[in-house]
Amino acid sequence: MEARLSHATIHSDFVKKVEELSGQDLLACYQCGKCSAGCPIVEEAEILPSQVLRLVQLGQRDDALHSKTIWLCASCYTCVSRCPRGVDLSKIMEALRQIVLRKNLDHVKVSELSRKEMAKLPPIALISNFRKFTG
Amino acid sequence: MKIHYYPGCTLKVTATQFESSAIASAQALGVEMLELQRWNCCGTVYSLANDDLIRQLAPIRNLIRVRNENGNAVTTLCSMCLNTLKSANLLINENPEKKRTINAFMDEEEDYDGGVEVVHLLEILRDRVGFEEVRGKVTQPLSGLRASPYYGCLLLRPEEIGIDRAESPTILEDLLKSMSAEPIDSPYKAECCGSYQTVDKADLVIEKTRDIVSWAARNKAQCIVVSCPLCFFNLDERQKDLAERESGTALLPVFYFTQLLALALGLGAEVCGFQKHVIDPRPLLSSKGFI
Ligand code: SF4
Ligand code: SF4
Repeated sequence: MEARLSHATIHSDFVKKVEELSGQDLLACYQCGKCSAGCPIVEEAEILPSQVLRLVQLGQRDDALHSKTIWLCASCYTCVSRCPRGVDLSKIMEALRQIVLRKNLDHVKVSELSRKEMAKLPPIALISNFRKFTG
Repeated sequence: MKIHYYPGCTLKVTATQFESSAIASAQALGVEMLELQRWNCCGTVYSLANDDLIRQLAPIRNLIRVRNENGNAVTTLCSMCLNTLKSANLLINENPEKKRTINAFMDEEEDYDGGVEVVHLLEILRDRVGFEEVRGKVTQPLSGLRASPYYGCLLLRPEEIGIDRAESPTILEDLLKSMSAEPIDSPYKAECCGSYQTVDKADLVIEKTRDIVSWAARNKAQCIVVSCPLCFFNLDERQKDLAERESGTALLPVFYFTQLLALALGLGAEVCGFQKHVIDPRPLLSSKGFI
């Protein structure tokens, strides 16, 4: 992955937007990786959760927003309870999802889900999934 | 004692056995759960985006309902409802400005003062009834039942919301011991089951289920005990999906803690709805002589 760094990318509107939506100080993270070590979806992630945060710190908007990791995150709060710097990574993941969803780009297309599977699922699964993955 | 009770959607649809066994057990322990006369879906997940106040209205509205019925506290059974209601409550208590905005927006409602305490039924059993009291009311000890507690995420995290220690909870173990069951500790007990990924990424949840269940089975647990209808679905239904893919997988029944409590209190299988489970727990229970 190629990263283009400049004063402009690091201080871009994208970085400010993530800070605003998440309420987190992105530079508080010192990249220890503890969040990734305990994350339940890390085996499926091409980019580790801590690397997603690094991409945001450096203003790498497209790489962060296109990472599968933000959609794999299950908001389990393990990273939140373990971060030695008090960073709430679950809120940063939510901010990134919201930036995409607010452009009307749903991650889950409800009409494409199988009716048979949907009939089996409890309301709690459907509502939480649609709240996280649709705009 | 009496306490207001917020059921949430899933307890009225797919997890009715959780509700019926909880209400009967609480009653037997002197706790009357009064269902709110009006309530709405809490949204199931707490919105984590700072500016997304619109999604805090659903949980706050339910807390206003508690106030309308002159309540100071409300109990839930579902871990996700607990987390959503309690998190929204904390948010507006810590942010007077957000509280003002929400109250101004909901101008058809009375203002909410932030004063409702949200508690899980497990906390009532531990802190108000007491596990020793539970032990004294047990008429059908669950001796010889090896049960692996599974907490998942939302009962425990974030820490300011959790009902027990985030990394090493014991509340379910302590309840199981009061019923003379044998808790089987597991390194997966506070790991995520994959949660709502079960809708569009079932394979991920099947892998999480494999970790949780196979560890329990290897350590001679005979069942898994939960307090969340989504954990229940994932461990029950996705465990069956796993077994269909791979023959030879041990099938462990999954229980809501209230179902075991109802049996231990001698309330009978009628309040437990065991026929609703995908993995039938009745052969295990009858082999132990509990039903
Ligand atoms: S645990 Fe905290 S400080 Fe460490 S990499 Fe993750 S977010 Fe950064
Ligand atoms: S909240 Fe998301 S990023 Fe954090 S540990 Fe859980 S799944 Fe991973």
